[in-house]
Amino acid sequence: MFRLSIVTPERVYYDGDVASLVVPGTEGYLGILSNHAPLITALQEGRIEYRDEADTVHILAVSGGFLEVFDNKATLLADAVEAAEEIDVDRARDALERARKKLEKVSSGSSPEEINVDEARDALQRARNRIKVYNETH
Amino acid sequence: MATLREVRKRIRGVKSTRRITRAMEMVAAAKLRKAQARVEQAKPYAAKLDEMLSHLAAASTGEIQHPFFEQRPVEKSTLVLVTADRGLCGSFNANLMREAEAWRREHADEPFEFMLFGKKGWDYYRRRDVDVLDHQLGWEGEMDYGRARDAVQMLTDRFVSGKTDRIDLIYTTFVSMGSFRVTRETFLPIPRHPTGSEDEDQERERDYIFEPDPQAIYEQLLPYYATTKMITVLTESFASEQASRMLAMNAATKAAGDMIDALTLDFNKARQAQITKELSEVVSGADALKG
Repeated sequence: MFRLSIVTPERVYYDGDVASLVVPGTEGYLGILSNHAPLITALQEGRIEYRDEADTVHILAVSGGFLEVFDNKATLLADAVEAAEEIDVDRARDALERARKKLEKVSSGSSPEEINVDEARDALQRARNRIKVYNETH
Repeated sequence: MATLREVRKRIRGVKSTRRITRAMEMVAAAKLRKAQARVEQAKPYAAKLDEMLSHLAAASTGEIQHPFFEQRPVEKSTLVLVTADRGLCGSFNANLMREAEAWRREHADEPFEFMLFGKKGWDYYRRRDVDVLDHQLGWEGEMDYGRARDAVQMLTDRFVSGKTDRIDLIYTTFVSMGSFRVTRETFLPIPRHPTGSEDEDQERERDYIFEPDPQAIYEQLLPYYATTKMITVLTESFASEQASRMLAMNAATKAAGDMIDALTLDFNKARQAQITKELSEVVSGADALKG
């Protein structure tokens, strides 16, 4: 068992003991168990998985952030997290479609109104990730 | 002496003003509660981010380079001024403007520019001979990370590209409901070791594994740090505004009450004077009839 706190800008999402943790590091997924060596890593988009005291596995979609592990304490700073069971997959699909259309418009050169390409690309990524996490858990 | 009718009219006027100030006080109190909760909610993230940054700085060998740290001779500076969108909040905006004017005097000999949050600051400086880089209205204490990130990105881009050499912040720090004060801080360049209170040698012994490497993590972390700072500034400023408005409206409600008391006294005096006058008229009329 080790301590895990998941903190987002809006709130402390989780703070409690867990048996295992899997996060999407920049170099790929990595698993953390008790007595892990000190570690600081950036996270990329993907899924977070942790097993709590009651042996329940929680799966979250995360859009990016950082993880620090030291002395059996893991601190996860996330931009935003969403529990897999809370994901509204229809909304995510809509968002995906919207973002895709925007990007198509930009690439075909017909963009009358201002389109923020970075933002659209981010939205596309986020939606894709949420749908992926949803599909993996349902 | 004012006539009865006039005094009655004034009392009515002051009473309706009191109703308004009381309502505004209650609205400000409700908004303050929400704003205060936001300030509290944002704290753990900011604190953890600080912590991680200082661990990173202490544990990595050699000094980490990042353009946000670059100290250079100041040829052009930028002031980010955070005021309220609305008035009727006591001396809240006036205090900020006074500090901003002081800043402007200090930088009179060099080129400078302003970035304004809040309508009051914008109203003040739009007509003055000041370079306004950008102005942003309607934040209302929302923790809109996307918007904050864009604003911070704009500022950091200017700093990194050398368009400005120093970015200062003037805003109101929120301490508690009765305590908030105008603060001046440097936003960029970021001072080294944001917190770094712990013993560095001990930090180094932690021997972290970095993924990918400290420099890369730093590059990703610092924009977050800057954005979080900006969010903290904006949420605290909004909470202070509400606290200030609440206090101002509370004082106004009390002042209206005092005024009503004074006017009521005037009213009663005038009424008694009239009754006395009428009585003496009746008496002298009766006397005249007796002959």
